[in-house]
Amino acid sequence: MIPLAWYLIFAAAVFSIGLYGVLARKNIVAILMSIELMLTAININLIAFWRYSLDQGLAGQVFTIIVFAVSASEVAVGLALVISIYRRFKEISAEDINLLKW
Amino acid sequence: MADLINVIENWLNKLLLGWGASPGLTQFILQALGSVLVVLICFMIVIALIWVERKLAGRIQDRFGPNRAGPFGIFQSFADIIKIFTKEYITPQGADKVTFNIAPVLAIASVLAIWAVFPFASNVIGADVNVGVLYIVAIGSFGILAILMAGWSSNNRYALLGASRSVAMLISYEIPMVVSLLIPVLLAHSMKLSAIIDTQRPWWFILVVPTAALIFLISSMAEIGKAPFDLLEAESELVAGYHTEYSGMKFGMFYVAEFLHQFTVGALITIFFLGGWTGPMAAHWPILGVIYFFGKAFLVYLVISWIRLSLPRIRIDEMLNLNWKFLIPVSFINLIGVAVADRILLDLEPPRWLYVAVMFVLNMLILLVALYLSGKSQPALEVEEFPHRPVAVSPRTEKSSS
Amino acid sequence: MNFSILIFLFVAVLTTFAALVVVTNKNLVSAAMWLIVALFGAALTFVLLEATYIAVVQVVVYIGAIAVLIVFTIMLTRRSAEKEPSGATKQWPIAAVLSLALFSGLTYFYLTVPGTDRLAPVLDKELNMVSALGQLLVSPSGYVLPFELASVLLLAALIGSIVVAWRK
Repeated sequence: MIPLAWYLIFAAAVFSIGLYGVLARKNIVAILMSIELMLTAININLIAFWRYSLDQGLAGQVFTIIVFAVSASEVAVGLALVISIYRRFKEISAEDINLLKW
Repeated sequence: MADLINVIENWLNKLLLGWGASPGLTQFILQALGSVLVVLICFMIVIALIWVERKLAGRIQDRFGPNRAGPFGIFQSFADIIKIFTKEYITPQGADKVTFNIAPVLAIASVLAIWAVFPFASNVIGADVNVGVLYIVAIGSFGILAILMAGWSSNNRYALLGASRSVAMLISYEIPMVVSLLIPVLLAHSMKLSAIIDTQRPWWFILVVPTAALIFLISSMAEIGKAPFDLLEAESELVAGYHTEYSGMKFGMFYVAEFLHQFTVGALITIFFLGGWTGPMAAHWPILGVIYFFGKAFLVYLVISWIRLSLPRIRIDEMLNLNWKFLIPVSFINLIGVAVADRILLDLEPPRWLYVAVMFVLNMLILLVALYLSGKSQPALEVEEFPHRPVAVSPRTEKSSS
Repeated sequence: MNFSILIFLFVAVLTTFAALVVVTNKNLVSAAMWLIVALFGAALTFVLLEATYIAVVQVVVYIGAIAVLIVFTIMLTRRSAEKEPSGATKQWPIAAVLSLALFSGLTYFYLTVPGTDRLAPVLDKELNMVSALGQLLVSPSGYVLPFELASVLLLAALIGSIVVAWRK
């Protein structure tokens, strides 16, 4: 059988890759996709802890569902922002949108 | 004889065990055989359906339909298949090759995978998963993905336009479809398909919640993407929509997926609203259940064909208005109404027929009020009055009138 | 049982590879396609962990809604993606070092902390997980407050995204 650590390392790998994407990508949509990867990694962690915990509660699954809701709303608002930014600047590269940069 | 399928399965099981196969391997072989059988039956049905559809379309449009290959043109589909196999596979320049080739496979797989959970009879069930309804919705979303992939990877503006149109439509029509699917789940207290069918034993859900059945029918007709909702492949505007660039069997796969999807919708309506395999004697004779199941699904298929052959294509704004201003509000109100009524009736414990009657009246009331309100809120059409102008006027009448 | 380990390794390698392609691929649409592969890999992981309901919801929400929305947005903003290859920023080495450090730190932590080498307990076969989950989500002694908050959040996101994307 598979020990718990394997799942956790797998999730850590996906999370780190997502983190790299958020820090290093230029395109806003790519950054959003990386955030999705990070949230998925968190879900894997939650479900793995739920499966390997000894009590019969379902807290891990409940919070996974809440993470689903959060990521769905994050993507909805994020993509609306992307479209709105694109309309104004004709550009969705995070580096070139620097109106607030001092 | 009554339980033909399980008899065969038991016989095969014994045979394989007798040959010295381990129980795990035997199970695996039987499951693989079962899935292959279901897929084969699906394809056979599609071959028959294409002929039926073309004959029916011919009759409705006052022509003959296929009538050359074999008696009544029965072998027309086979001729088409042979023709389609000999066609060249064309991959357009600049296309994303992998995505371009995966898309038709995904399109047909997303329809076939739905059949994995169908209960064909009381004891012939593919996989009785306890999230069956959700599984159907999840698999359906792969179909949207296939369309998107096909449209994008073709490197063709028409295909891309067709794909983005269809995705806008499919995503928005998924909402009323899922919400109306929740009502059978609510009444059966389970997402298991077998439990939903068991709850419909005396009274089919179409008698209990007709409004949900109607909304499901309309929104899943939009999900199929055929007339009157065939904006995604409107020939005059978009050539053929997302599968413009496909040829040969790759196009054939989209075509088969489309037909099979229509039949699958028939099967879904059968399961959720028409009692699935239930019917006279079906509980004792499971083989009858299979016949009832396919018969009902075929009837619903014919009804859908009839509707789509009778109605013209709707405009894109009408399509969005119908969904967002009519189907979604009505389905949500219906869901809330049914939930509240079900809860109240649960405490009163009325006889089953009274329960059904109350639910039926409630559903019809919601539907009628919604229809009345939507008719009232519609701005009155401004019909321009043209003076009567005869097409051909004889010179004599022209003179007399002037 | 060796079979489940094999499946796990396959799923994990596939998902990690797909995630890597998502963050490095210059073509946004292929990145989105690989994102779908990665999300599907996560759904398979949930199946391996015997959380079938979560796996199916993962497919419905992430692949059916989020991934399709992302691809749709990429197509709507295509001109920007075509104009210049949308690669990495200048500080990508720092980002790479940071995330590698995070990964190695977490791995070291997981391998040294006691209790992470435990195996999964046997699940109660009689438990109907879906209805138990549903009861838990709406019972006052369970998680009704986070559930309601999540629904308020969804409503706010719905209204917010319409307001933001409204063409004036």
